Amino acid sequence: MTSAPRDREIAVVAFAQTDHRRTSDEFSEVEMLMPVLHEVLHATGLKTADIDFTCSGSSDYLAGRAFSFTLALDGVGAWPPISESHVEMDGAWALYEAWTKLLTGDADTALVYAYGKSSPGSVRDVLTRQLDPYYVAPLWPDSVALAALQAQALIDAGDTDEPALAAIASRNRAAATGNPHAQLRGPVPQGDHLVQPLRTGDCPPIGDGAAAVILAAGDRARELCARPAWIRGIDHRIEAHGLGVRDLTDSPSTRLAAERAGAFERPVDTAELHAPFTAQEVVLRKALRLGEDVDVNPSGGALAANPVMAAGLIRIGEAAARIHRGASDRALAHATSGPCLQQNLVAVLEGEPR
Amino acid sequence: MSAVLKAPLVVEFPFTRSLGPVQSAFLTGLRERVILGVRTGDGRTLVPPVEYDPVTAEELHDLVEVAPTGTVTTWAWNAAPRRGQPLTTPFAWVLVRLDGADTALLHALDAPGPAAVHTGMPVRVRWAGERTGAITDITCFEPCDGPRAEPAGHTGEFENPVTGIVAAARLDYTYSPGRAQTAYINALSGRRTVGERCPSCHQVYVPPRGACPTCGVATSEQVEVGPRGTVTTFCIVNIKAAHTANLGIEVPYVYAHIALDGAGLALHGRIGGIPYDEVRMGLRVEPVWTDGARYPDHYRPTGEPDADYDTYKELL
Ligand SMILES: [Zn+2]
Repeated sequence: MTSAPRDREIAVVAFAQTDHRRTSDEFSEVEMLMPVLHEVLHATGLKTADIDFTCSGSSDYLAGRAFSFTLALDGVGAWPPISESHVEMDGAWALYEAWTKLLTGDADTALVYAYGKSSPGSVRDVLTRQLDPYYVAPLWPDSVALAALQAQALIDAGDTDEPALAAIASRNRAAATGNPHAQLRGPVPQGDHLVQPLRTGDCPPIGDGAAAVILAAGDRARELCARPAWIRGIDHRIEAHGLGVRDLTDSPSTRLAAERAGAFERPVDTAELHAPFTAQEVVLRKALRLGEDVDVNPSGGALAANPVMAAGLIRIGEAAARIHRGASDRALAHATSGPCLQQNLVAVLEGEPR
Repeated sequence: MSAVLKAPLVVEFPFTRSLGPVQSAFLTGLRERVILGVRTGDGRTLVPPVEYDPVTAEELHDLVEVAPTGTVTTWAWNAAPRRGQPLTTPFAWVLVRLDGADTALLHALDAPGPAAVHTGMPVRVRWAGERTGAITDITCFEPCDGPRAEPAGHTGEFENPVTGIVAAARLDYTYSPGRAQTAYINALSGRRTVGERCPSCHQVYVPPRGACPTCGVATSEQVEVGPRGTVTTFCIVNIKAAHTANLGIEVPYVYAHIALDGAGLALHGRIGGIPYDEVRMGLRVEPVWTDGARYPDHYRPTGEPDADYDTYKELL
């Protein structure tokens, strides 16, 4: 099931995120997370006891803290026991799980949160541990190197060039001047090649952060939010593990997820894309058929703030927040996971006609 | 408030992974300087080979040898190699489609600089001197000006096939326990135990984690608890610890939950100074510190009368 049945409409009714920063070592993960949990609860007037289902996304590898999600549960008031789940992925996938839970009718409200502390370790090295352990991980190709292979493939195909990539970096960070939570805002030098053809400006900032959203079904959503961001469809798809099997200049999984989520049925006015590297925006725009009339990443996207494991959920939250405040009527949100856009999730959100 | 504590933290793990028949043949082949792909139902040859077709999920087993020469399909210049990567001098990451293959293999290319690398360039394998049956048996690729090599048509049958690999990993972190636990650890160094009280339900958490798990709110009010406490429950350990820190502890010994006076939950500790079979719920205990230690070595009886069950039943 990939589109919500009309008799069980589900909406994002609140969104909050931290100010994303290079380091946050004065805070434990739960200390970093708690303010955003309080913020979404306050926005809806809900208390922790009112939440029917809680789902989170994070990865212990980032900070090197085993079972950190169980400690983070302290922030949601997990005693007495609550209905709760966790994905070792970006919080966008936790939102997908919560959405299916609400579709079943087992819950009317859900709290979804995600967090990542990249500062204690080296995220470029940490992410190598998600690669094929037999053929790839022993070579330790870091996340920037793999993104650079994809960028060169796009350049060779004539889909982009270094000046075009620099323009993507510049446009996203200019948009982020309107986002008080972003880590990089305004003009940022493109800098030297980190792994050629990618320069530092083509890469996301490394930072710590957290985000939370509340989902609610039907009339409950209308009670909790003046203009709910209705989820008209969500789908996620995955491509082959082997990079050399895939066409890195395309993203068939994004295209299929978007089709199944209903993204192509009518135009969207806003797209929040989870493209940590500039070249990935080129791939996603093509796969999602986004024209120049679509406002892409008005938040600044992952190039302005990329708290790993939360950055995808933030795309859904940013898209929903634009609908809440009337800046968008139909928005697309995208999240990715794995190297070179291996896995992709697309959600379509709509506000009621005004 | 004192600065937050930090310390280096190294996470190392040598996962032992078993190989399926196709992976085994491929990695054994590398040991013998033979590169094998696997043929799919629609006639493509996948290198590196996988056991299931990534499109149809059909099981694959038809091994076919490909050449040690090939063509770069995309590349990226890595001017600053990182720990564990194939070469310590600047190199290009490359995807290489070996001659006879339809897919590309990720590896490193040794070249003098980015100007010497381009998509479509011919390359050949540089074998490692000592090979064990791992992807690192290929040291890297190198530019290939000469003629292309021909595969010898190997069947994929080897003597002493490799059946597993050890996937060694090491990640380095700077660990910080955060504000609440820093205060707890700093207090311990003065032989005091400090918890935090929830502003909502007034429970005192030891060790504090900065949040009340019942109320989901931040805790910050520090409260000194103990030093004495009550055994709320315990177990008798009959297995000698393998860990070096516990080697000196004779079995059987008692490990207990101890509710320090004033604390809203029990913490763990070893009970000493009393025969193991005389430890009981309600026993009153106090910490025993050893010189230079940053936490109590164990707890021993205070000699007080046992605590009433009603005084600690909520802390079980
Ligand atoms: Zn409390």
